[in-house]
Amino acid sequence: MCPDRCSPFAIRNSPFAHTMDVAGLLAQLLNGLQYGLLLFLIASGLTLIFGVMGIINLAHGSLFMVGAYAAFVVTSATGSLWIALPAGMLGGIILGLLLERFLFRYFYRREHLDQVLLTFALILLFEEARSLVVGNDFYSVPVPPALDFSIPITEGFSYSAYRFAVIGMCLLLALLMFLWIERTRLGAIIRAAAEKPEMVDVLGIDARRIHLIVFAVGTALALTAGVLAAPLYSVYPNMGDGFLIISFVVVVIGGLGSVSGAFWSALLIGLVDTLGKAYLPVVAGLGVYVLMAAVLLWRPSGLFGPRS
Amino acid sequence: MLPESKLGWMGLALGAAVLAAVPLFVRPYYVELGTYALIAAMLALSLNLLVGCTGLVSLGHGAFYGLAAYTVYLITPEEHGLSLLVTLPVAVLAAGVAALVVGALSLRTRGFFFLMVTLAFGQMLFFLFHDTKIGGGADGAFLARPTLSLLGFELELTRRQRPVAIYYIGLVQMVAMYAGLALLLRSLFGRVLEGIRVNENRMQAIGYNTYRYKLAAFVIAGMLAGVAGHMWALHRGFVNPELVGWHRSAEALLMILFGGLNTLHGPILGALAFTGLGEVAQLLTERKLLVEGLVILFVVLLLPNGLSGMRLPGGWKRGLAATGRPPAERGAESLRHG
Repeated sequence: MCPDRCSPFAIRNSPFAHTMDVAGLLAQLLNGLQYGLLLFLIASGLTLIFGVMGIINLAHGSLFMVGAYAAFVVTSATGSLWIALPAGMLGGIILGLLLERFLFRYFYRREHLDQVLLTFALILLFEEARSLVVGNDFYSVPVPPALDFSIPITEGFSYSAYRFAVIGMCLLLALLMFLWIERTRLGAIIRAAAEKPEMVDVLGIDARRIHLIVFAVGTALALTAGVLAAPLYSVYPNMGDGFLIISFVVVVIGGLGSVSGAFWSALLIGLVDTLGKAYLPVVAGLGVYVLMAAVLLWRPSGLFGPRS
Repeated sequence: MLPESKLGWMGLALGAAVLAAVPLFVRPYYVELGTYALIAAMLALSLNLLVGCTGLVSLGHGAFYGLAAYTVYLITPEEHGLSLLVTLPVAVLAAGVAALVVGALSLRTRGFFFLMVTLAFGQMLFFLFHDTKIGGGADGAFLARPTLSLLGFELELTRRQRPVAIYYIGLVQMVAMYAGLALLLRSLFGRVLEGIRVNENRMQAIGYNTYRYKLAAFVIAGMLAGVAGHMWALHRGFVNPELVGWHRSAEALLMILFGGLNTLHGPILGALAFTGLGEVAQLLTERKLLVEGLVILFVVLLLPNGLSGMRLPGGWKRGLAATGRPPAERGAESLRHG
């Protein structure tokens, strides 16, 4: 009846044809990889802090937001993201040390509920501080001029150099994290503290020093992620919120306290979310949560957590 | 959980009487604010059945609240509102069914994971209403409010009378909810829930199927949150995805902790105080969140048992704040480390 339209090649004329092509898929895969790696920077701090100290830090998304706004403030003052990046890392370490020393230290043994309350209050305070210092407007942060071009990959398809740089930077940080956690003495202590804190105490290791270091590193990673994300997503009020919830999803799927678990699950979430938004926009927001619920029902302590 | 002295019950009766007298003395704006505080109190009360009584910390409770409000929106025809006697049961039923599904799945996990799964289900619902056109999308939608009709008679109210009537409907529902929960907690069912909070393994060892008890508590709490959500639709005549979002759930947790989770009146106290605090903060400064954040910080650092656990001089404390278990039980830990 309709020899032309029913042929297997009819898909060329379908409205999906333009999104089904290889270059588009490659671009979405790269976007997913970049998003996932950024999520890893946030989630690894979250999972370490939970694993070692048992703290549920709802304010972790606010730290990410602080990083993004720091990138905006520093780049508009100096004109360069290259200054904002080390400034964000350093600022993150200092902020983390202060928060641990003067606030979080007193909440390690408190109930989860008190921790939720404390860190929710911190979200409100960080948002107000942001509003006081920078205001409530949306701002965009320019991509550094040195990276403001596209790298051709195939004929007719090229990909932003800045996104490549973000992917590289995140991979480098992930590698450093891996070496630190898996190959150094301090890393071994941190893994031990996440596994059996009593044992670490008994061995005479100063837990307070470990807590300070872990919290500072986690905070610095969140701020770094914020700085890197600023040119990609622009900066806006409450931007930490979405990233916080999605990072929790990453942490839960990866298994609490497991940095390598967080790495793989961040990639998974990044790809699922990005591909979902590109190809099934109506249900994309739901996708990751459905995935998380499914994973938890199948494996109640996460995909990479200990088998229960 | 319940007052143990006559003085305590008198305090409760006095509180209810004060709440009942409020619309007689204040401006209409404050009547509406009062209605909102009552809705918040009902949400906090319902959540406290999980958090305070059973020891289940859920971050997705706002989902059932929001779902009930959306249910009213979905079943109401555009031009004229349905009777309250239709919308309330349907909304509560919808919240209950959702709670049954969510609870059956999420109660397989514990502690932090339970917190996260409930959060995930809440966010699922949030994105369902946010991304699709089911309920007006991200902007929300107006609805014809439920009417106050009984057996064919419809109560006709002027614009001035309506908020007052709605306030009293809210108050009646909240008092009923308090009384119902008080009875429930006295029953064997309530005792089992308390046992689960204190030591679930031991309850299992005694022979209770704790999963079923927790699921029942989860469904009841979801339905009660549905009552609060329905009340929101009646009060504001507007729904948006914020109702379902996790901030609402976190706020309800705050109210419980603010008021003190060892008592049944604590969540009500917390909700009223929190709503009042927000209002005062807004009047005094433009920085509402700053004041709220600082007060929460103050409460969590210095009042581990919330407002109802505040230390009053000797006899007063025993009378007013008499609780089933000593405040020290929860405070001791924080004192040692704080």
